[in-house]
Amino acid sequence: MPHPGADKSKSLGRRERRELFERTVDRLMDRLYGAALRLAGDPDDAEDIVAEAVAKAWDGFGDLRDPGSLEGWLFRILNNTFISACRRRRTRAQVEQHTDPEIDDPSVIADFSLFEKLHQPFLLWWGTPEERFLNDLLREDLQRALNALPDAFRVVVILVEVQGHTYEEVADLLEIPIGTVRSRLSRGRSLLQRHLWDLAREEGMVPDTPGPTDSGSQP
Amino acid sequence: MSSDALRCEEVIEHLFEYLDRELEHVKSTEIERHLEHCRECFSRAEFEKRLRERVRATGEAVAPPRLRQRVQRLIARF
Repeated sequence: MPHPGADKSKSLGRRERRELFERTVDRLMDRLYGAALRLAGDPDDAEDIVAEAVAKAWDGFGDLRDPGSLEGWLFRILNNTFISACRRRRTRAQVEQHTDPEIDDPSVIADFSLFEKLHQPFLLWWGTPEERFLNDLLREDLQRALNALPDAFRVVVILVEVQGHTYEEVADLLEIPIGTVRSRLSRGRSLLQRHLWDLAREEGMVPDTPGPTDSGSQP
Repeated sequence: MSSDALRCEEVIEHLFEYLDRELEHVKSTEIERHLEHCRECFSRAEFEKRLRERVRATGEAVAPPRLRQRVQRLIARF
Protein backbone atom coordinates (compact mmCIF):
# COMPACT_ATOMS: atom_id res chain seq x y z
CA MET A 1 0.00 0.00 0.00
CA PRO A 2 1.50 3.36 -0.92
CA HIS A 3 2.41 5.92 1.72
CA PRO A 4 -0.54 8.29 2.41
CA GLY A 5 1.46 11.20 1.07
CA ALA A 6 2.99 9.23 -1.76
CA ASP A 7 3.72 11.27 -4.87
CA LYS A 8 1.85 14.21 -3.43
CA SER A 9 4.66 16.61 -4.24
CA LYS A 10 4.64 15.32 -7.81
CA SER A 11 0.94 16.07 -8.04
CA LEU A 12 1.59 19.74 -7.25
CA GLY A 13 2.26 22.12 -10.10
CA ARG A 14 5.76 23.52 -10.50
CA ARG A 15 4.77 26.91 -9.12
CA GLU A 16 2.96 25.37 -6.13
CA ARG A 17 5.92 23.13 -5.45
CA ARG A 18 8.30 26.04 -5.58
CA GLU A 19 6.09 28.11 -3.25
CA LEU A 20 5.85 25.26 -0.74
CA PHE A 21 9.58 24.74 -0.94
CA GLU A 22 10.33 28.46 -0.53
CA ARG A 23 7.96 28.85 2.42
CA THR A 24 9.49 25.86 4.19
CA VAL A 25 13.06 26.95 3.59
CA ASP A 26 12.25 30.48 4.73
CA ARG A 27 10.61 29.20 7.93
CA LEU A 28 13.56 26.93 8.71
CA MET A 29 16.33 29.30 7.65
CA ASP A 30 17.46 30.27 11.16
CA ARG A 31 17.55 26.64 12.28
CA LEU A 32 19.33 25.48 9.13
CA TYR A 33 21.92 28.20 9.55
CA GLY A 34 22.31 27.45 13.27
CA ALA A 35 22.86 23.75 12.57
CA ALA A 36 25.36 24.50 9.80
CA LEU A 37 27.18 27.05 11.94
CA ARG A 38 27.68 24.61 14.79
CA LEU A 39 28.79 21.86 12.41
CA ALA A 40 31.18 24.00 10.39
CA GLY A 41 32.25 26.35 13.17
CA ASP A 42 32.64 29.18 10.65
CA PRO A 43 29.92 31.63 9.48
CA ASP A 44 31.06 31.77 5.83
CA ASP A 45 31.30 27.98 5.56
CA ALA A 46 27.88 27.70 7.22
CA GLU A 47 26.30 29.98 4.60
CA ASP A 48 27.84 27.94 1.78
CA ILE A 49 26.56 24.70 3.31
CA VAL A 50 23.01 26.06 3.63
CA ALA A 51 22.98 27.36 0.04
CA GLU A 52 24.36 24.09 -1.33
CA ALA A 53 21.89 22.06 0.73
CA VAL A 54 18.94 24.14 -0.53
CA ALA A 55 20.02 23.60 -4.14
CA LYS A 56 20.39 19.84 -3.58
CA ALA A 57 17.05 19.70 -1.80
CA TRP A 58 15.27 21.37 -4.70
CA ASP A 59 16.86 18.92 -7.15
CA GLY A 60 15.36 16.02 -5.22
CA PHE A 61 12.13 17.67 -4.10
CA GLY A 62 10.11 16.35 -7.03
CA ASP A 63 10.92 12.80 -5.94
CA LEU A 64 10.07 13.35 -2.28
CA ARG A 65 7.16 11.05 -1.57
CA ASP A 66 5.72 13.05 1.31
CA PRO A 67 6.03 16.86 1.24
CA GLY A 68 5.19 16.78 4.95
CA SER A 69 8.59 15.23 5.57
CA LEU A 70 10.36 18.13 3.89
CA GLU A 71 11.65 19.56 7.17
CA GLY A 72 13.48 16.44 8.37
CA TRP A 73 14.64 15.78 4.85
CA LEU A 74 16.17 19.26 4.56
CA PHE A 75 18.19 18.75 7.75
CA ARG A 76 19.37 15.37 6.53
CA ILE A 77 20.55 16.95 3.28
CA LEU A 78 22.23 19.74 5.24
CA ASN A 79 24.14 17.24 7.37
CA ASN A 80 25.11 15.19 4.32
CA THR A 81 26.25 18.34 2.53
CA PHE A 82 28.57 19.18 5.42
CA ILE A 83 29.89 15.63 5.63
CA SER A 84 30.46 15.48 1.86
CA ALA A 85 32.25 18.84 1.94
CA CYS A 86 34.57 17.52 4.66
CA ARG A 87 35.36 14.42 2.64
CA ARG A 88 35.73 16.30 -0.64
CA ARG A 89 38.04 18.96 0.69
CA ARG A 90 39.92 16.60 2.99
CA THR A 91 39.67 19.20 5.70
CA ARG A 92 40.72 18.86 9.29
CA ALA A 93 37.92 16.39 9.87
CA GLN A 94 39.68 13.67 7.92
CA VAL A 95 43.22 14.64 8.70
CA GLU A 96 42.58 14.74 12.41
CA GLN A 97 40.81 11.42 12.40
CA HIS A 98 44.17 9.87 11.71
CA THR A 99 46.72 12.25 13.13
CA ASP A 100 45.32 14.09 16.10
CA PRO A 101 46.92 12.62 19.22
CA GLU A 102 43.82 13.47 21.24
CA ILE A 103 41.79 11.16 19.03
CA ASP A 104 44.34 8.40 18.82
CA ASP A 105 45.20 8.43 22.50
CA PRO A 106 42.03 7.98 24.56
CA SER A 107 43.95 8.40 27.81
CA VAL A 108 44.52 12.07 26.95
CA ILE A 109 40.86 12.88 27.40
CA ALA A 110 39.42 9.83 29.13
CA ASP A 111 36.70 10.44 31.65
CA PHE A 112 37.21 14.12 32.30
CA SER A 113 34.23 15.33 34.29
CA LEU A 114 33.45 18.97 35.02
CA PHE A 115 31.07 17.87 37.74
CA GLU A 116 33.83 16.01 39.55
CA LYS A 117 36.04 19.08 39.27
CA LEU A 118 33.40 21.45 40.60
CA HIS A 119 31.28 19.46 42.99
CA GLN A 120 31.58 19.81 46.71
CA PRO A 121 29.41 17.39 48.67
CA PHE A 122 27.00 18.62 51.32
CA LEU A 123 26.29 21.96 49.67
CA LEU A 124 22.74 22.68 48.56
CA TRP A 125 22.26 22.80 44.78
CA TRP A 126 21.52 26.51 44.45
CA GLY A 127 24.68 27.48 46.28
CA THR A 128 27.02 24.97 44.71
CA PRO A 129 30.08 25.68 42.56
CA GLU A 130 28.51 23.76 39.65
CA GLU A 131 25.40 25.95 39.80
CA ARG A 132 27.56 29.10 39.80
CA PHE A 133 29.61 27.69 36.94
CA LEU A 134 26.50 27.13 34.78
CA ASN A 135 25.19 30.59 35.61
CA ASP A 136 28.48 32.24 34.65
CA LEU A 137 28.99 30.19 31.51
CA LEU A 138 28.55 32.32 28.41
CA ARG A 139 27.18 31.12 25.11
CA GLU A 140 30.45 32.37 23.63
CA ASP A 141 32.41 30.06 25.97
CA LEU A 142 30.43 27.08 24.76
CA GLN A 143 30.85 28.04 21.12
CA ARG A 144 34.60 28.39 21.59
CA ALA A 145 34.82 25.05 23.36
CA LEU A 146 32.73 23.33 20.68
CA ASN A 147 34.73 24.88 17.86
CA ALA A 148 37.95 23.73 19.52
CA LEU A 149 36.88 20.07 19.28
CA PRO A 150 38.41 17.98 16.50
CA ASP A 151 35.83 17.79 13.70
CA ALA A 152 35.31 14.05 14.06
CA PHE A 153 34.21 14.57 17.66
CA ARG A 154 32.35 17.85 17.18
CA VAL A 155 30.13 16.47 14.42
CA VAL A 156 28.93 13.60 16.60
CA VAL A 157 28.38 15.84 19.64
CA ILE A 158 26.41 18.34 17.52
CA LEU A 159 24.30 15.69 15.82
CA VAL A 160 23.33 14.15 19.17
CA GLU A 161 23.22 17.09 21.57
CA VAL A 162 22.14 19.97 19.31
CA GLN A 163 20.10 18.19 16.66
CA GLY A 164 18.79 15.37 18.86
CA HIS A 165 19.63 12.44 16.60
CA THR A 166 19.82 8.89 17.95
CA TYR A 167 23.14 7.04 17.90
CA GLU A 168 21.80 4.83 15.12
CA GLU A 169 20.83 7.83 12.99
CA VAL A 170 24.30 9.33 13.46
CA ALA A 171 25.94 6.04 12.51
CA ASP A 172 23.78 5.97 9.39
CA LEU A 173 24.53 9.58 8.48
CA LEU A 174 28.28 9.30 8.96
CA GLU A 175 28.48 5.72 7.67
CA ILE A 176 30.42 4.55 10.72
CA PRO A 177 29.70 1.74 13.21
CA ILE A 178 27.49 2.61 16.15
CA GLY A 179 30.36 1.69 18.49
CA THR A 180 32.44 4.43 16.87
CA VAL A 181 29.59 6.89 17.43
CA ARG A 182 29.54 5.98 21.13
CA SER A 183 33.30 6.26 21.43
CA ARG A 184 33.54 9.62 19.64
CA LEU A 185 30.58 10.99 21.57
CA SER A 186 32.06 9.95 24.89
CA ARG A 187 35.49 11.37 24.11
CA GLY A 188 33.99 14.47 22.47
CA ARG A 189 31.95 15.24 25.58
CA SER A 190 34.92 14.61 27.80
CA LEU A 191 37.14 16.91 25.73
CA LEU A 192 34.39 19.55 25.58
CA GLN A 193 34.21 19.56 29.37
CA ARG A 194 37.98 19.82 29.64
CA HIS A 195 37.96 22.81 27.26
CA LEU A 196 35.23 24.43 29.36
CA TRP A 197 37.24 23.81 32.52
CA ASP A 198 40.32 25.39 30.94
CA LEU A 199 38.25 28.37 29.77
CA ALA A 200 36.68 28.75 33.19
CA ARG A 201 40.10 28.85 34.81
CA GLU A 202 41.34 31.39 32.25
CA GLU A 203 38.32 33.56 32.98
CA GLY A 204 38.68 33.18 36.74
CA MET A 205 35.29 31.48 37.06
CA VAL A 206 36.84 28.72 39.18
CA PRO A 207 39.86 28.69 41.48
CA ASP A 208 43.07 28.43 39.49
CA THR A 209 44.05 25.10 40.92
CA PRO A 210 45.99 22.54 38.89
CA GLY A 211 43.64 20.69 36.55
CA PRO A 212 44.12 17.41 34.73
CA THR A 213 45.81 19.27 31.90
CA ASP A 214 48.58 20.14 34.32
CA SER A 215 48.69 17.18 36.62
CA GLY A 216 46.89 14.39 34.74
CA SER A 217 45.05 13.47 37.92
CA GLN A 218 41.50 13.80 39.17
CA PRO A 219 40.81 15.67 42.43
CA MET B 1 24.73 5.63 47.67
CA SER B 2 21.21 4.28 47.81
CA SER B 3 20.17 0.78 48.71
CA ASP B 4 18.67 -0.13 45.34
CA ALA B 5 20.21 -2.55 42.86
CA LEU B 6 22.41 -0.18 40.89
CA ARG B 7 25.66 1.15 42.27
CA CYS B 8 26.61 4.80 41.73
CA GLU B 9 29.46 3.72 39.43
CA GLU B 10 27.02 1.94 37.13
CA VAL B 11 24.71 4.94 37.06
CA ILE B 12 27.58 7.28 36.18
CA GLU B 13 28.80 4.87 33.52
CA HIS B 14 25.40 4.90 31.79
CA LEU B 15 24.32 8.44 32.66
CA PHE B 16 24.82 9.96 29.21
CA GLU B 17 23.10 7.05 27.47
CA TYR B 18 20.24 7.54 29.91
CA LEU B 19 20.05 11.26 29.13
CA ASP B 20 20.28 10.48 25.40
CA ARG B 21 17.35 8.02 25.81
CA GLU B 22 19.49 5.26 24.38
CA LEU B 23 18.99 2.74 27.18
CA GLU B 24 16.52 -0.10 27.30
CA HIS B 25 13.41 0.60 29.34
CA VAL B 26 14.43 -1.63 32.27
CA LYS B 27 17.86 -0.07 32.67
CA SER B 28 16.44 3.40 32.28
CA THR B 29 13.87 2.74 35.01
CA GLU B 30 16.59 1.40 37.32
CA ILE B 31 18.57 4.60 36.85
CA GLU B 32 15.49 6.73 37.48
CA ARG B 33 14.88 4.88 40.74
CA HIS B 34 18.49 5.34 41.78
CA LEU B 35 18.33 9.08 41.04
CA GLU B 36 15.27 9.38 43.26
CA HIS B 37 17.29 8.16 46.24
CA CYS B 38 20.89 9.18 45.63
CA ARG B 39 21.62 12.87 46.09
CA GLU B 40 25.12 12.72 44.60
CA CYS B 41 24.02 11.03 41.38
CA PHE B 42 20.93 13.26 41.18
CA SER B 43 23.13 16.38 41.43
CA ARG B 44 25.41 15.00 38.73
CA ALA B 45 22.49 14.17 36.43
CA GLU B 46 21.00 17.66 36.93
CA PHE B 47 24.36 19.26 36.11
CA GLU B 48 24.79 17.23 32.93
CA LYS B 49 21.18 17.93 31.88
CA ARG B 50 21.62 21.67 32.29
CA LEU B 51 24.96 21.66 30.50
CA ARG B 52 23.34 19.75 27.60
CA GLU B 53 20.57 22.34 27.45
CA ARG B 54 23.22 25.04 27.13
CA VAL B 55 25.01 23.09 24.38
CA ARG B 56 21.71 22.56 22.55
CA ALA B 57 21.00 26.29 22.72
CA THR B 58 24.21 27.04 20.79
CA GLY B 59 22.40 25.70 17.71
CA GLU B 60 20.02 28.64 17.88
CA ALA B 61 21.13 31.38 15.51
CA VAL B 62 19.74 34.09 13.30
CA ALA B 63 20.54 33.65 9.64
CA PRO B 64 22.30 36.72 8.20
CA PRO B 65 20.15 38.78 5.77
CA ARG B 66 22.70 38.18 3.01
CA LEU B 67 22.15 34.41 3.33
CA ARG B 68 18.38 34.85 3.09
CA GLN B 69 18.86 37.00 -0.02
CA ARG B 70 21.28 34.48 -1.52
CA VAL B 71 18.81 31.62 -1.00
CA GLN B 72 15.90 33.69 -2.34
CA ARG B 73 17.90 34.41 -5.50
CA LEU B 74 18.73 30.73 -5.77
CA ILE B 75 15.11 29.63 -5.43
CA ALA B 76 13.97 32.26 -7.93
CA ARG B 77 16.06 30.44 -10.54
CA PHE B 78 14.38 27.08 -9.84
